[in-house]
Amino acid sequence: MTVGYPILSTLIWLPIIAGVIVLFAGRNNPRLAKWLSLATVIVTFLLSLPLWFAFDRTTAAMQFVEKLDWIPAYNIQYFLGVDGLSMPLVLLTTFTQVLVIASAWEVIKERVEQYMGAFLIMQGLMTGVFVALDAVLFYVFWEALLIPMFIVIGKWGGPRRVYATIKFFLYTFFGSVFMLVSFLYMYYQSGSFSILDFHTLPLGMTAQILIFLAFLIAFAVKIPMFPVHTWLPDAHVEAPTAGSVVLAAIMLKMGGYGFVRFSLPITPDASMQLDWLVIVLSLIAIVYIGFVALVQHDMKKLVAYSSISHMGFVTLGMFVLYDILQNTGTLQGAQLGMEGAMVQMISHGFISGAMFLAIGVLYDRLHTREISAYGGVVNVMPWFGFFAVLFAMGNVGLPGTSGFVGEFMVILSSFKANPWYGILAAFTLIIGAAYTLWMVKRVIFGDIRNEAVAKMEDLNKREFAIMTALAVAVIALGVYPYPLMDVMHASVEHLIQQAFTSKL
Amino acid sequence: MSTLHTILTVLLVAPLIGSIIAGLFGRQIGRKGAHSVTIAAVALSTVLAAWVFALFVIQGHEPYNASLYTWMISDGIKFEIGYLIDSLSATMMLVVTFVSLMVHIYTIGYMDHDADYPPENPYYQRFFSYISLFTFSMLSLVMANNFLQLFFGWEAVGLVSYLLIGFYMKRESAIQANLKAFLVNRVGDFGFVLGIAIVVMYFGTLDYQTFFNGLDAHKDDVIDFGWGPVSMITAATLLLFVGAMGKSAQMPLHVWLPESMEGPTPISALIHAATMVTAGIFMVARLSPAYELSEVALSVVLLVGAITAFMMGLLGIVQNDIKRVVAYSTLSQLGYMTAALGVSAYAAGMFHVITHAFFKALLFLAAGSVIIAMHHDQDIRNMGGLKKYMPITYWTMLIGSLALIGFPGFSGFFSKDSIIMATEASEQFGAGFAHLLLVAGVFVTAFYTFRMFFLVFHAPESEYVRTHDIHESPKVVTVPLILLSIPAVLVGWPMIGPILSGSYFADSIFVLPEHDVLREIYEHHFHGALNMVIHGLFTLPVWLSFAGVALAWYMYIKNPALPARVQQACPVCYRILENGYGFDRFNEIVFVNGSRKLGEFFWKVIDQTIIDGWMVNGTANLVAVAARNWRQLQTGYLYHYAFVMIFGTLILLLWALW
Repeated sequence: MTVGYPILSTLIWLPIIAGVIVLFAGRNNPRLAKWLSLATVIVTFLLSLPLWFAFDRTTAAMQFVEKLDWIPAYNIQYFLGVDGLSMPLVLLTTFTQVLVIASAWEVIKERVEQYMGAFLIMQGLMTGVFVALDAVLFYVFWEALLIPMFIVIGKWGGPRRVYATIKFFLYTFFGSVFMLVSFLYMYYQSGSFSILDFHTLPLGMTAQILIFLAFLIAFAVKIPMFPVHTWLPDAHVEAPTAGSVVLAAIMLKMGGYGFVRFSLPITPDASMQLDWLVIVLSLIAIVYIGFVALVQHDMKKLVAYSSISHMGFVTLGMFVLYDILQNTGTLQGAQLGMEGAMVQMISHGFISGAMFLAIGVLYDRLHTREISAYGGVVNVMPWFGFFAVLFAMGNVGLPGTSGFVGEFMVILSSFKANPWYGILAAFTLIIGAAYTLWMVKRVIFGDIRNEAVAKMEDLNKREFAIMTALAVAVIALGVYPYPLMDVMHASVEHLIQQAFTSKL
Repeated sequence: MSTLHTILTVLLVAPLIGSIIAGLFGRQIGRKGAHSVTIAAVALSTVLAAWVFALFVIQGHEPYNASLYTWMISDGIKFEIGYLIDSLSATMMLVVTFVSLMVHIYTIGYMDHDADYPPENPYYQRFFSYISLFTFSMLSLVMANNFLQLFFGWEAVGLVSYLLIGFYMKRESAIQANLKAFLVNRVGDFGFVLGIAIVVMYFGTLDYQTFFNGLDAHKDDVIDFGWGPVSMITAATLLLFVGAMGKSAQMPLHVWLPESMEGPTPISALIHAATMVTAGIFMVARLSPAYELSEVALSVVLLVGAITAFMMGLLGIVQNDIKRVVAYSTLSQLGYMTAALGVSAYAAGMFHVITHAFFKALLFLAAGSVIIAMHHDQDIRNMGGLKKYMPITYWTMLIGSLALIGFPGFSGFFSKDSIIMATEASEQFGAGFAHLLLVAGVFVTAFYTFRMFFLVFHAPESEYVRTHDIHESPKVVTVPLILLSIPAVLVGWPMIGPILSGSYFADSIFVLPEHDVLREIYEHHFHGALNMVIHGLFTLPVWLSFAGVALAWYMYIKNPALPARVQQACPVCYRILENGYGFDRFNEIVFVNGSRKLGEFFWKVIDQTIIDGWMVNGTANLVAVAARNWRQLQTGYLYHYAFVMIFGTLILLLWALW
């Protein structure tokens, strides 16, 4: 599949190069920095659209492949490509980035060029993570990403930003070291760093289990799963709005992506053996974290915990397939769970991004995220109230919003694996509604609580446009998820086949 | 695409378009524009629904089952949006659109002035947008041909209900009530979703027809929740019924409905009396082929319904807010409908849904008319003697009240009597007990209904009434009242025969021959509607309702000192009723506070102390302490380092050679 230009390389390097240019050219000229950045993300988004339109929906093979030798001595390649699992995530990245750059427009006042530059470079690196098919290349993107994020939180963050950044950095770094060791081991076994070669590499049970655990640590930290989740609320609270959006909408997805790109296909036998571990941790995330979210006083923390809870559906949906086979004797339902998990990731990208942007809108006006500082916001900001309730309903998983699709699919399929999985997962219907709508009640509804709230102004045009874009995405995916599913079918079927192909 | 398909789509989508226009462009088109466009859209739907009704119910067209679009496909399962139109859905569509149209018109008068909002606020347009959106949602629920769309409509009506209960969003009580309504409904949905999950697991489909076709093959299947196998059909139907209990406010999930009265009165009529709350009844009737296969599920449905009918009726006696009286009567009537389902008299349950939709909407709107006249005071003790000031409201409310208590000849008589007869004839486990509760409930219903009626219209005029200018409501209010009283009186006459014989819903409701109590009544006791009315005059339920009215008259008109004496005689009884049997307190203590405490514990103890405090920061501290000590190793002498390097290399070499 070709589109006339090396599309994946363009999506990686265009923002990175533009980011570097912004860093230098934008010094002392914030206006230029902003416009250049906006132009870059818009052009990148437009250039990413052929991925969707020219995508071959009938095959699970990698598409838009680019392959060059990079370090021939170690057989390391510059190897890029997408399939139905990664392509939607790339589009999610390019789409979200447009909103991210727009969201910082008037808000960031100091060192604008560095801020914008950091986000542009991050965009290239995130895209790289989703499209790299060489393990070393993947690892480089994966780790390099920590640096701009570290800088964004550390520089433009809140009062406890140092603690948060170090926690964030150490957690994720700790997680990925084991992944690197696994890559090296597999390189010595196969003589290649190609992830596709890893997929077909025979591995003994002990090796698989160790590799599976190494991957689990890396991805569980990233997504994040209980009990390695505590860095996320801290990072979110300290991060500036755009940082939170990128973190929640895109970076968490890298963990989920890791499970489907590495864990399941590379270590299928270990996955079958240890699926219970992932399932138990997922269910803890859904139920336990739901209760934790309920008692938060800080809006960002609440949404951060809600993210962890929603990510529980992703990991649950990905790992119920073995129990489905065991419980029902057929594979009917495995695809439902896997696709549900993938949709949940995309949907969560929209909804959590929207929630953090909405909190950002409030924060820009009142400079606090305490729930108790607000009350009756809808009286002075009716349009904001409209969007906030819409996104809250998405977070609650109301049918007609994107939040429903993945949750529903995962509940249906996990019930097949074991009724109790379904029962615990469905508990989110109650607890998710409780923590989300209780916050809505205290922040949005009610009488105007204080002078400060009374002076708040409704959304300006820029904010309105951002909210509208996300609202359209949330509703479109909720009302008509067919096209997104259609893109994934072939790859998901292939993945399930891989997950059941023993490597012993 | 066939004409019918197009008509159905127009019928369904018209209110949605009206809602979007009024909601998003309310400021631009103004009040008049908003109510014109939404009323035109709903009127169009009503006309088309009447056409569909004529086609399917009167002419007996074959059921129409077709897909509108494929929502998604996954795992070979088609998730679709589509229509299943038969006598059941066609009837509901007409009821929904007609009541909705009446409420739309009425709203022009009711929402004209509002104390909560300044006139320049587009609250008026927003209200019209919401009720049109509700109409769309409810239509998509009843027209669905599959569980997915049913759930879509189910949740969408819940959302609009949430928005409308909290319509006066400055009031703490309103936004508390809507949160509660949403959460309690979500408890029901929890069961509902799991019920759907069982259907998908065993039948591999969400489509009703495919599900029904598969019932025979799967009727002996079992499911294991870990404590041994249970009947799959029983588990599925009971879980689905949990959803119905939430939406149709059956005990113990009834707690949200009384508080939903925080919303403006038109929506209490439309959503919380006539249509949305009957969705649970509709769903069970729709799934009658499945419920027929589980005696356990039917008995549970029966008992839940009968207990709700009686116990909620009792609470109606002690209410002083006019809307709350009507709300508790709705709870009680929903119990009657549910009980009917439990004895396989689905048709009678649906019949009561229909008659109730008319007379209860009428009662609520009439109550709203009284509230307008009283300048939004809703306490019936402050009223009295309103009869002479508002004759149209008086007469229409009398019609509604008579229909509610089952006065012979009024619509409610036919439907309620069929339910009571059905429980009498049924051999379902618990039917005798249920019958007792329902018959006793008739007396209670008559008593609280006419207690309210007498206090409002016949009691001596209160201070407030004497000193204020009380007058009849405008035409936009009274015309809907008059239009609603027509079916509230008449609709029972033509329907009762076909309902009992089973011919009315023959194409949509399935009853096993050995369960078919309505047919039995039809064959052995039914000799025409008129005969039923005359015969009714000599039966216990009708006499009990007369007695209830008489007692209300005695206690509140003839001897008004009596109620206080009764209250003093048994203060405990009164307290129990006033606190609604303590459900709210229990929920508050156990669920609300319990969840918060649990959340605090998880957060403070596990997340912050154990994970962060001991494990994460503990590790960091350990490193710091270790570093302080190991620092001593860095002596700065080159030969120390060289020694360590050589030693290390040696170990590595040894390990590699091993």
